Formats: sequence, structure tokens, C-alpha cells
Amino acid sequence: MTVNEEQTTISVALEDLTREVEALHAGGYRLVQIGCTDIGGAYEINYSFDKDYQYRNLRLTVGPDIEVPSISGIYWGAFVYENEMHDLFGIPVTGINIDFKGTFIRTAQKYPFSVTRRGGDPCRNA
Amino acid sequence: MAFLKRSPWILHYDASSCNGCDIEVLACLTPLYDVERFGIINTGNPKHADVFLITGGINEQNREVVKNIYEQMPEPKVVVAIGVCAASGGIFRECYNIVGGVDKVIPVDVYVPGCAARPEMIIDGVVTALGILEEKREKMAGAAQTKESARRAAGEST
Amino acid sequence: MPERIVVPFGPQHPVLPEPIHLDLVLEDEKVVDVIPSIGYIHRGLEQLVQKREFTEYVYVAERICGICSFMHALCYCQGVEHIMGIEVPDRAKYLRTIWSECSRLHSHLLWLGLFADGMGFENLFMRSWQLRESVLDVLEDTTGGRVIQGTCKVGGVRRDIEKGKLDEMHRALDPFEEKCREIGDVFLNDDTVKYRLQGLSVLSKDEAYALGAVGPTARASGVPMDHRETGYAAYGDLGFKPVVETAGDCYARCAVRVKEVYASIDLIRRAIEQIPEGPLDVKVKGTPDGEYFSRVEQPRGEVIHYLRGDGTKHLARARIRTPTLANIPPLVKMLPGAQLADVPVVVLSIDPCISCTER
Repeated sequence: MTVNEEQTTISVALEDLTREVEALHAGGYRLVQIGCTDIGGAYEINYSFDKDYQYRNLRLTVGPDIEVPSISGIYWGAFVYENEMHDLFGIPVTGINIDFKGTFIRTAQKYPFSVTRRGGDPCRNA
Repeated sequence: MAFLKRSPWILHYDASSCNGCDIEVLACLTPLYDVERFGIINTGNPKHADVFLITGGINEQNREVVKNIYEQMPEPKVVVAIGVCAASGGIFRECYNIVGGVDKVIPVDVYVPGCAARPEMIIDGVVTALGILEEKREKMAGAAQTKESARRAAGEST
Repeated sequence: MPERIVVPFGPQHPVLPEPIHLDLVLEDEKVVDVIPSIGYIHRGLEQLVQKREFTEYVYVAERICGICSFMHALCYCQGVEHIMGIEVPDRAKYLRTIWSECSRLHSHLLWLGLFADGMGFENLFMRSWQLRESVLDVLEDTTGGRVIQGTCKVGGVRRDIEKGKLDEMHRALDPFEEKCREIGDVFLNDDTVKYRLQGLSVLSKDEAYALGAVGPTARASGVPMDHRETGYAAYGDLGFKPVVETAGDCYARCAVRVKEVYASIDLIRRAIEQIPEGPLDVKVKGTPDGEYFSRVEQPRGEVIHYLRGDGTKHLARARIRTPTLANIPPLVKMLPGAQLADVPVVVLSIDPCISCTER
């Protein structure tokens, strides 16, 4: 009984994010992960959902320092990913249910993945 | 042998290893390798421990923790850095959050190489550390004796 | 109303082999709220993709976690192979399956031991770890490494297991299974174990799904979700049904893992019987250009490697979401209501792997 896995990616605008996530929540999808990618001066945020191995990906592209609304009101467990997003990338996320305010993952250099981070290689042992 | 006579208690802390060395440290305690036959006991309390086994490199958040644990341990004490990450940072050396080996924060007495370090090597490292522990103990005892006789000599003269 | 106090738990704690810190809000002995804090092992290895070539990063991927090392390498390799359109030979797929299941066996036996230790059942801890050593012997014999195997590579596997060795493994499975069933019987049927675990920290099916629980934590609550069902590697040929329990308590989480040990033995047996002859790898030409969310079922649940290549020999981004990170929200919801003395057992019941979580 092998199930074929499918992955689909849809781009969403910042103002539609909450509505789209709510629709997926109502459709019985579970939150898989939220991850960011630096795409040269901006961030691509992937909100991934899954239902019976069918993978749906909402893709949001935001510039640096743009506030992103939290989806932890819809998916309670989203706080781990959103705090991570803030601590590693420096993306301000508003309204997280458990907001660690930058102490979830403490790093030597603030926001190591930030596109606006100044300085060269963050490695201290190169 | 010194380690048979004594009963060293070890404390293990995972600084930022991948878990590979940690589970090998635990494997040392279980039936196949069974270090408990030498009287070695794994304790969770730094104040009970003589040997500090530490795996993984130091990162920003745990350097205070490692220092704190080390300072809580009573003298004499020895530190064994297990695995290549604890020695130099290993494969994670170039990661932005890694400071380097354990010796950047606390003094290390024995380095056990390997990725992951094998249980036999860990046991060998601990046994080497016990020799150093014994030396440190003798030194401390010697210093205490010198102090004591100096105190007595001073006491007799008055 | 009893006074509330906050008790810090960890990062260095006798029952935790790895550092995680929890602030437990207590009313007398009862936990009412939990705030987790992580980051003690955060290394930042996702960024290493920019320094290591995509074929070399397999070694880093293996060292995300020393317990599920083979499966991290597998997940990474499958992701790169998907992006590059590489079809791996069948024999390599079967070997990957055999090593994956060996890793699952050693991981589950390790967990069962730690869990027994958490319950204060020292004897069972030692017995589980004794059995685990025989799995490690097979891994060392066939790959050269006890915990870090290093046999998976982009395009296939690095080593073969000879026929004689496979037959030997096959013969060893029956006595091994008998021994596993002996200790499994204690976990499943012993009165003291049941008394300690049944009804402890129940997570309902709806809660588990809504909170994004994965792996045995989800399956113990009745969510039939196991990524092996998608048939990656050789699981498609072997046929696979997830192990599901419905109670959602610590006992169910333990039972799922005990039964998965039996299932893994069965999978290895069938994989050895059906393994085809053939080459071990294909030549990898070019560089990855594209993106993929590679998913694999680890002992602790579903792991995701998001890989993105830009046509150079270094990947542009690797984002790794490990099962324990997904299981932290369920843990936070599970703990309230438990007694302080049960906290170690409940924390262990999600099989936390902190090295994975923090990368």
C-alpha cells in the first residue's frame, strides 16, 4: 500500500497568509514545519503542511525587517518554528503565543542567517 | 592498580556533541564494557564527581554551564575531553556558534580522539585520567603536609 | 490555592543524557505549566552547506545526530538524488533499508533502556543495552562504524554486504528476536511497569495531530502516520504497515516502540531474503539545481531536509527539521498534570534527541 507523495508549492502574499493557513487548518492539514531561506536580500518563508503524505507548501517572500504575523493562534505548536525564525534570521514575528523574545536559541552573533548581517564569515576558527 | 583500589565517580556532560560519543560513554556503563566493575560510577551530581567526561565542542550558551559544573567539582579533579569535537571542535569547527574545543573554557587533562570515540578508548582515557588524578591527590596531600608541618613548627616556636 | 513555584530542570540532570532545560511551574508536587528552553547544543551546522561540497555534506548530515546518523545521511542523499534526478540501483536501496532498520533497532533498544532507567528499572536498562550491543556489532561488521556509519553517499552506498555475511545476519535474527521478545514482554506485561506508565500524560488523537506530533509519539495516540508508507528506499517492495496504539499515554508510547522493534526485525529478514544482485552506486555528474523537501521516517519520527541547490557545487540552503523539534509542543501540553517525580519519564517518553533538535 505505497502512497505516492506529492509536493505542491503556492506563493502567498503577506496579507493573505493567515487566511490561507486557516483554510488549510480547516481542511485537516497538520503543520509540518516553517523554514526560511535567504534569497539575496530577502527571505523566503516556507510554511509546510501535510495531510495523508500530501505535502502543501505556502511560500511567503518578505524583505528584511518586515513584520510577519504569527500563525500560533491557528497551530499552537508553531511557536517553536517562529521563535527559531526570529532568533536565527531576525525576522520580527508578531503575536506568538509563547514568545521567547530572542532567547530560544542563543547564538554568539545575533541573527546568524540574517541578510542584513554585517561582517564577513561568522566562523571563529577558520 | 590505582583504579582498582579507588572508586572514581564520573560526571558526564554533553557540551554540543552529536550524541555519538555520549551514547558510547553510556555504553561503557552497560554489560559489555561494564566499567562499574572497576568501581566507576556515573553520577549526576558534580559535587560527587572526581572525573569530568565531556563530549562535544563548546558553544555560546553552554560555556557558562560547563564552567559552572567544573567549578562545583571538588579538588582533586580531572577532565577528559571525549571525541574530536571536544578536542578542537571537529567537523563543527567552522560552525558560527562553536567556540572550539573544551580547553577554551576549562583545563583538560586527557584527550580521547575519535569520531565517535570507541568505548575501549573512553575506558583507556578514564584510566589514564585516574593516574593524573592520583598525582594531583598526592600533590595536594604533600602541600597539605608541608602546611601542617609549617604550622606545627610555628606553633612549637611560640 | 497552593502557592506556585518554578523549578528549573536541566540542562545538566542525572536522568538526561543530553541537555534540555525546562522551567516547571509547580503547585505542590503537581506540574501546572512548562516552559522549554533549548540551545545548549546549537552548533549552526545548516550553514556548513556553504563551506562543504554537496557530496561532502553527507558527513556533516550524519553527525546531526549520532543515534539516527544513517537516516540523516539517507534523507540528505535522497533529497540531492531527487533534485539531480538520480535513480539509485536496487541493491543500494535494499542495503540502505537494512542499515536504516538496524539503526532503528539500536535506537529503540537504546531508548527502551533509558526509559527503563527513568522508571528506576536498572536491570531492564542493562538488558536492553546488552541486546543493543549485538546490533552495534552487526553495524560495525558491515560498515566499519558503531554509531557513525559513513556508508551512504549521493548515488548509492559505499559498501556491500557479502552473501555469506547476509546469511549469517539472517540466521542471527531468530535468536535475537527471541531475546527482544523476552524484554519486550517485561515492558508490555509487567505490573510495575504498567502501574507506572498507564494513564500517565495522555495525549489524545486530535491533540497529537493538531500539535504536529510525529513518529511514535503520534502513533501512540492513534495517528497512523509513518513515512515508510511512501515507499522510499526498498520499503515500497517490502510492504509496510505502521504500528499504532490508541491509548496515548506513556505506556502506549513505550508499546509502539517495543512493537516497532519486532517490525524492524521482520523488515530486515525480508530485505535480506529479497535483496537483488547488482551495482551499488551510479556515477554522479553535474551539480544540484533545484529544491526538494526530502522526508524520511526516523526512529523518533519524520525528519525533513529542505535542500536547495543553485547549480554550484555548494548547496544554497539546507534546512533540517528534526522530529524532536516537532514533538516539543506535544511535550509542553503533555506535562501539566504530571507529578514532579514523573517528569523524567514523561520527558523521555517522546524520545528527545536534543542534538538533532538544535543542530
